[in-house]
Amino acid sequence: MDNKNIPRTEPIQSATFTNPINAEIRRAAATGIYDIRGGGAKRRVPHFDDLLFLGASVSRYPLEGYREKCETKVTLGTRFAKKPIELDIPVTIAGMSFGALSGPAKEALGRGASAAGTSTTTGDGGMTPEERGHSSKLVYQYLPSRYGMNPDDLRKADAIEVVVGQGAKPGGGGMLLGQKISDRVAEMRCLPKGIDQRSACRHPDWTGPDDLEIKILELREITDWQVPIYVKVGGTRPYYDTALAVKAGADVVVLDGMQGGTAATQDVFIEHVGLPTLACIRPAVQALQDLGVHREVQLIVSGGIRTGADVAKAMALGADAVAIGTAALIALGDNDPKWESEYQKLGTTTGAYDDWHEGLDPAGITTQDAELMKRVDPVDAGRRLRNYLKVMTLEAQTIARACGHNHLHNLEPEDLCALTMEAAAMARVPLAGTDWYPGKAGF
Amino acid sequence: MQTYDLEANGLRGLNSTLQEQNGGTNKTAWEVVNPKGSHAIAVGLDSPIDVTVKGSTGYYCAGMNQQATVRVEGSVGPGVAENMMSGQVIVEGDASQYAGATGHGGLLVIKGNASSRCGISMKGIDIVVHGNIGHMCAFMAQAGNLVVCGDAGDALGDSCYEARLFVRGSVKSLGADCIEKEMRPEHIEILKDLLERAGSDAKPEEFKRYGSARQLYNFDVDNAQAY
Ligand SMILES: Cc1cc2nc3c(=O)[nH]c(=O)nc-3n(C[C@H](O)[C@H](O)[C@H](O)COP(=O)(O)O)c2cc1C
Repeated sequence: MDNKNIPRTEPIQSATFTNPINAEIRRAAATGIYDIRGGGAKRRVPHFDDLLFLGASVSRYPLEGYREKCETKVTLGTRFAKKPIELDIPVTIAGMSFGALSGPAKEALGRGASAAGTSTTTGDGGMTPEERGHSSKLVYQYLPSRYGMNPDDLRKADAIEVVVGQGAKPGGGGMLLGQKISDRVAEMRCLPKGIDQRSACRHPDWTGPDDLEIKILELREITDWQVPIYVKVGGTRPYYDTALAVKAGADVVVLDGMQGGTAATQDVFIEHVGLPTLACIRPAVQALQDLGVHREVQLIVSGGIRTGADVAKAMALGADAVAIGTAALIALGDNDPKWESEYQKLGTTTGAYDDWHEGLDPAGITTQDAELMKRVDPVDAGRRLRNYLKVMTLEAQTIARACGHNHLHNLEPEDLCALTMEAAAMARVPLAGTDWYPGKAGF
Repeated sequence: MQTYDLEANGLRGLNSTLQEQNGGTNKTAWEVVNPKGSHAIAVGLDSPIDVTVKGSTGYYCAGMNQQATVRVEGSVGPGVAENMMSGQVIVEGDASQYAGATGHGGLLVIKGNASSRCGISMKGIDIVVHGNIGHMCAFMAQAGNLVVCGDAGDALGDSCYEARLFVRGSVKSLGADCIEKEMRPEHIEILKDLLERAGSDAKPEEFKRYGSARQLYNFDVDNAQAY
């Protein structure tokens, strides 16, 4: 038979050795170092998209869209603090460090959050005057590195967040590569310019819940019991971590799932360690309920929150508020298509740019380069963030009214169903069209 | 001299009374009696007052101190003078783990021994230990001086940055990227001053200096096993 006429098999790409996997093998072979990047898990995991609201029906009547009120206020820190934080909306800005982010980006976060009536948070690297000045409510992170930590700033904070872990890298520390260590960043961190700055993975002066209780006591004594103390954990063992944080005396628990962003970590860490946000919420709420402190100790959930629907779903599962990182950066202008030609030059494309640690961000957000950071106009970017926060709130209100609730906090698991078995199991709400979820007693 | 009975009047009262002196006072001398190992004694002070604790303390005594002089006539639990900014903390007895952790400034003197992780992540504080120190001291130490008149335990100065470590006795082992360094005249001067202020009669010439080899400052795959 003529060779030319033999039917050929089609080239088949392996589902195991995919092009991205093979490219990573080649990159590792060439460099000898793991891939470091910013952002959160990119793989698909069960998420809020796998849940739907049921809306009103004969047995539940809805509220009139623009006529009947649907409250959005939330108070954080009612357990021990003399001055709890009062927010107009239940969407807060998560901790992102000065160093990872440029000064103008931090200022824009402060402006946007303040205009929307919510709080913003410092990060690994300390508090800058710009962000304190532009944030009406500022949460000061207490991290293992203690970069820039000092009692004056501590007393200027509206709340203190003891960071135990982050969803993107539970159990991991931080890394700010030399390229991003400008004079100012170096000075704030008491380290030489241009060296890689590692942030430790655990606190230098306490380990375990009993120590944490004493550490929280010390922080309260230094700040006269004025401000709320949050404990932030990455999503790993949410039931026990929440219970232990409560036992240690936290006013607020911040729970960050694996889709949560980071400024820079090993890709293998981001994609392979931790629980999806959806899987974290019910166990944490269960812990609060078992201890009789649900709503007294508030729960803030983060990791992949993008829309008012996500906000409403997190709250229906029992969260008191949410925090956003990545979405806030996108609102400021991160990964904007207008920089596509520059993303191409960096070997990437709009939406996929995540080499934030390199400090070359065309959008001027995750950089310390004096020229690039001029691309962020803090007033303009702050306004965009404010608009976005308002839209998320309006969306969440729209859903809550449709479910018949006059406060976002009245959303409940009974308002939800799940599209997949996995989501049903994780969120403990029935699979759509059934009254069953995996693990439900009695089946 | 003002006397405060901690057992009778409680911790909150103590710290708020001492913190009330922040920003100017004529009550400059304080004595705390019956500390009974309580945690967070004399934390967050910010005035040039003298506080003497008559007995041993628990965790975080004199935490985040600014300006004040805190003297403990006993031993201290973990994290004494943690994140101190300025002032002085003097411990007559021994110190538990993490003494002077993350301190940015001021002088911490331990007349007895200090346990593991003394000076962990220190950021500019000066620490003088008259006795010995335990393992992993000056781990990730960034800046400041750690002076040890006795011996040092395992893994001294692991992954340290620019902090200077001076040890008179033996060092059980050095941590990753920590090496012995030349003692130059300026180091003798620093030591002389610190030993004097810490009330030690040790001679600067008897010490060896250790510090970062600066080989781990920027990632290099050939050093991977050291990270
Ligand atoms: C650029 C960047 C920097 C961050 N820096 C910190 C930090 O310093 N401390 C911290 O606790 N979390 C940090 N995070 C994590 C956020 O606080 C938050 O947990 C996460 O972004 C929430 O998930 P989301 O990005 O999907 O909204 C950072 C996140 C980003 C994107």
